[in-house]
This record gives sequence, structure tokens and C-alpha cells, in this order.
Amino acid sequence: MKILVAVKRVIDYNVKVRVKADGSGVETSNVKMSMNPFDEIAVEEALRLKEAGTAEEIVAVSMGIDRCQETIRTALAMGADRGILVQTEEELEPLAVAKLLKALVERESPGLVIVGKQAIDGDHSETGQMLAAILGWPQGTFASKLEFETDSVNVTREVDGGLEIVKLKLPAVITTDLRLNEPRFASLPNIMKAKKKPMETLTPAELGVDVTPRVTVVEVVEPPKRKAGIRVESVQALVEKLRNEAKVI
Amino acid sequence: MTVSNDDEALILASIDRFLERDVAPHAHALEASDTYPRDIVEQMKELGLFGATIDPEYGGLGLSAVTYAKIVERVSAVWMSVSGIFNSHLIMAAAVQRFGSEAQKRHYLPRFARGELRGGIALTEPDCGTDLQAIRTRAVRDGDAYVVNGSKTWISNSIEGQILAVLVKTDPQAQPPRRGMSLLLIEKGPGFEVSRKLEKIGYKGIDSGELTFDDCRVPVDNLIGEEEGRGLNQILAGLELGRINVAARGVGIARACLDESVAYAQVRKTFGKPICEHQSIQIKLAEMATRLEASRLLTEAAARAYDEGRRCDMEAGMAKLFATETAIHNSIEAMRIHGAYGYSKEFNIERYYRDAPLLAIGEGTNEMQRIIIARQLVERNPA
Ligand SMILES: Cc1cc2nc3c(=O)[nH]c(=O)nc-3n(C[C@H](O)[C@H](O)[C@H](O)COP(=O)(O)OP(=O)(O)OC[C@H]3O[C@@H](n4cnc5c(N)ncnc54)[C@H](O)[C@@H]3O)c2cc1C
Repeated sequence: MKILVAVKRVIDYNVKVRVKADGSGVETSNVKMSMNPFDEIAVEEALRLKEAGTAEEIVAVSMGIDRCQETIRTALAMGADRGILVQTEEELEPLAVAKLLKALVERESPGLVIVGKQAIDGDHSETGQMLAAILGWPQGTFASKLEFETDSVNVTREVDGGLEIVKLKLPAVITTDLRLNEPRFASLPNIMKAKKKPMETLTPAELGVDVTPRVTVVEVVEPPKRKAGIRVESVQALVEKLRNEAKVI
Repeated sequence: MTVSNDDEALILASIDRFLERDVAPHAHALEASDTYPRDIVEQMKELGLFGATIDPEYGGLGLSAVTYAKIVERVSAVWMSVSGIFNSHLIMAAAVQRFGSEAQKRHYLPRFARGELRGGIALTEPDCGTDLQAIRTRAVRDGDAYVVNGSKTWISNSIEGQILAVLVKTDPQAQPPRRGMSLLLIEKGPGFEVSRKLEKIGYKGIDSGELTFDDCRVPVDNLIGEEEGRGLNQILAGLELGRINVAARGVGIARACLDESVAYAQVRKTFGKPICEHQSIQIKLAEMATRLEASRLLTEAAARAYDEGRRCDMEAGMAKLFATETAIHNSIEAMRIHGAYGYSKEFNIERYYRDAPLLAIGEGTNEMQRIIIARQLVERNPA
């Protein structure tokens, strides 16, 4: 089986994000960028499936500017076999990404696509679902465990109030949740070896996909600053304020 | 020996992950109990750190001094002891790589790179450190072996490691004495004893041992370079990279002290405002940051010169001197900024404060650095 994993370049999770002065978005210049943490989990799961003999080849895909190659290289250094960059300067919305992935699925014919449940920048949590829909494939979202059978996979999903297990016929789309695995980091020798792994660059036009944005961002603003707290004299006063001012009880 | 910027970014990202996941959460407990960080060492093997500067031909990564210094800086900013586990190991490896015979390189370097055989360098003796020509450990040729007698002290990695490059006298009568000094690779075995583990104020977790050689037989094949009388030069040749490495440790500690101070000064309030708005704290922060930046630039410049094969003995010495003094300065200032929390065993500052002074002693004391810098100044600028 071949596995396609999607990896997105996002602002590193340790960075304190700042909004641009003109409110058009967040500051990304001179900011540390890394692979979306949920995508690391996707790569890790693919690697484990390869190590277990369930998969033979792992193709890591990223979409966006030239620098997204770094993210693909991280996936290659972790152990993916080859990379594909769909290069574009356009701001990509989930639907565009899903369409590009669909085009790649048609070229590559993987048995499984694994993507993160969401990217920590846009927090859309839409791409995997849209991809499954336009491919007409089954989807196992928010996966915390995968168990393979001959031509199906049992996906444990984290849902409100417990765990749900769904059985999907392959090929299928999986989106990863935090507890699926703990991703490895690339060893230094593997980083050096990753240079020799193949990386292909395509454009949306070559894949026949129109990625023109359909959503207009009106404004991006900083979350409101927390106001200083107050000290109340008694429990009664506290209850009174919680009930009448905060209206939470 | 070139690493592209892309590779460097990936390498540093992996190092950061390793530090965040495997080192930072454990540093405090391991250091408090002076426990050798075995699990961390296993991770370091997997990461490939033990082969960082070893030639790829012999199984290493062949990283540049610039990249290596950045790794050392990052590691030291989290826990300096961890850097010691691969630093002196790689100085030993560098001596083999530069001066060893092809057979020695093939035999040892791949195992050094994998971290299967780990060690360091044994120069210092109970009654001499700076003045290495005064060492008394003796190696006498007997057939196809040397018989080694003597003692060494303060040797990093000597208890947990399996092998050391040991500076010995093969001809105690030689004049000047350096002509009678040689470097032997000695593996643990009969006659090589660790007499005790030394207790110290900081740099905990990593083993500092006192060693005794008692009729220890070492195959002549283990003489680095297969020729006697070159040991001191072989060690001195490694000093430039050694100083760059210690300078990078200084940068790491100095940065950790600054980062924690900048964060703390914004949340700690006195007299109605964060202490970063009091001028005397501002002066401290500005001074710490400026010295840190200067240290980093000196270290990078020396590392770049080293990578380009330019002369950098004085430059590496200046970087070592300034960056390590900055580490000490910043640790004291960080303690003042943190007040009682700086003095508390529950936070990191007191550890930086205990670790930093070692940097002024090891790899050539800072007194000696000044002397060497002045001598080189005169030598390079004859009247
Ligand atoms: C934690 C730790 C780890 C170590 N690890 C190792 C190791 O792995 N391998 C190893 O071989 N050694 C190691 N050492 C030893 C270290 O390298 C020596 O301590 C160092 O070289 C200084 O030598 P010394 O302690 O004998 O001081 P001394 O040489 O006795 O110096 C004492 C003082 O006199 C000053 N001084 C000496 N000569 C002069 C001079 N000509 N002019 C002006 N001032 C002078 C010095 O600067 C110092 O201030 C370690 C030490 C420590 C504390």
C-alpha cells in the first residue's frame, strides 16, 4: 500500500503569534516555522505502518510557497520516501487544498491518505473531510488508533463522551488526533540522507486546479487583553457577582 | 565538510525537539541527584550526536564548527552537563581523525560516531593541569605493548565511558619535555582503575573521575599517529575547536540566564510595576543582552574562520574568554533579578550559577587565555 501524507508549514507552536499592524493577518516574517503538529502525527503513523509491513511507500505532500520544501524535507528526514511540493503564492483555503490532494490521489493512487485533523494556524478542521467527500472515499476523522484488516481499517475516534470505532473500506482518508502516537524527531544522520530523496515540484495549473480564494478575510485582531481581577470580601459577594455580573451560575 | 543552511535548520529543529522532550523535563531531578543521564545518552546515540564532527567517511556527520557551536549552545542553554558527554568525546575523536593511522581511524571512528565506544581526554593530573609538560604518567615500551603507570584526575566521561585518549610521557628525559609526550588510546581493562568519582559544585550528572594506571598494558597500535613524542602537539591542535566549543557553552548559559530574566522581569511586580520598568533592572538586562550578543558574534566568527581553514587561535581564545566570563556575569545578574527565586533550588538560575564558573577553568583557564591572546598579539604585530 502507498500512503499519501499531507504536511503543512505553520508558525511553530512555541512562537507567540502576533497580528500584523494593518490587521491583514499574522506576522510570519522572521518567525520560526515548523510542520503542523497534527501532520507530524500523520507522518509518524505512516512510518509505523511502513515499519509494520502494512505500507510500502510514503509520499509527503505540501502546498504553498517554495519554503514549504523545508517541511517536506522534515518529513523525508523522519522517514518518508519522497516528496511533492505543489508550489503557489496563493493563500490556500481548505477546499483548494482538498482539490489539489484529490488531483494528487488520482496521479498517485494511494491506498490511504493521512492528514492532520486541523492545522494549528487556521484551525479549520475541514480539509480531510472535504477530500473524502470529493473523492467519494470513507473518512475516519480524529483518529486515536488504527487497526488494519485485509482491505479495511478500524479507526478509533475521539468523540464527545467516549471512543467510537468505525470500520472503513480502503482506500480511505484518515485525520489524526493528538493521541494517535508520539511522533519521532529526525535523527541527524537521517537529515543528511534525506537530501538524496526525490522531491518533485508541481503547480496547481499543472494539476488542473483553480485555487483562487473564495473567502475574504475582513480583519484579524489580537484577542482582547485580560482585565485585572478584583478581590471580593466574602463568599456571598463572590456568589452574588458570579450570578448577577458574570452570569455564569 | 559543508552543511547547507537548510540542513542546519533541520538539525537545529531536531536538537530543539530532543531538548524539549528528553532533556528539559529531567534535567532538574538528574542534576539534583548527580545521576548520569543514561536515557538521554541513548537518545543522543540515536540522534547521531556522538558523530557530529566525525568525517562522514568514517560514519560521522562532518558538521561544520559553525553548526556544531550552535548545537552546543542550545544543549548548554538547557543543561550544560549533557554537552560535556559528547564534547570531550569528540575532542578524542578529532585527535584520531587528524593524527591517527588509517587503521586506527577505521577501527575506532565508526564506533565513536555510533556512540558504542564513548570517552574523552585525560590530560590533567593531581599536581598539574595548566602546565601539562609536568605530567608524570609514564608509558614504557615492552614488546608490542606500552606499560602505563600514573594517575589522572578530573577526567570527564572516564567512569561511564569505555575509552580515553591519555597523555603520557614516553620519554621523561626529553628536552623540551613535549618531545617525550605521547597520546595513547586506552580502553577499560586490567590495570585501568577508576579510584573515585569526584564531587563538584556544578556540572553534575556527568562523571568526573580520578584514575589510576597500574601496570596497564596498552597495545602499541593504540599510539595515536604511531610515532612517539607528538602527544602534546596533537592535543594542542584540537584546542581551537575545543575553545569554540566552550565558548558556545558560555553563550548557551548566558542566553538561558537572559531569557529567564527577561521573562521574569515582566511578571514580577514591585511598587506597582513590573521590575523590568525599574531602571536598575533595565541596566542589568541591557548589559546581559549586549554581552551575550558580543559573545555569540565572537564565537561565530571564530567558528567561521575555523571552517574556512583560516588562522583562529587568538580568535577562538577571545571567544572562549569573553563568552565564558559573560556566562558567569549573566548568571550572577540573573540571580539578582530573580531575588530569592534565583537562590532557590527549585528554579534553574542557581544551576547556571553553579555551572558557569567551570567554563573559566576548563579548556585553558581564562588567566591563560589572556596570556595567550597577548602573546599572539605581539607575535602577529612585530614592532
Ligand atoms: C568539572 C571539570 C571537568 C574537567 N574535565 C577534564 C577532562 O575531561 N580532562 C582533563 O584532562 N582535565 C579536565 N579537567 C581539568 C581542567 O582542565 C584543569 O582544572 C585546568 O586545566 C586547570 O588546571 P588546574 O586545575 O591544575 O589549575 P592550575 O594549573 O594549578 O592553575 C591554578 C591557577 O593558576 C593559574 N595559572 C596557572 N599557570 C599560570 C601562568 N603561567 N600564569 C598565570 N596564571 C597561571 C590558573 O589560571 C589558575 O587560576 C576538568 C576540570 C573540572 C573542574
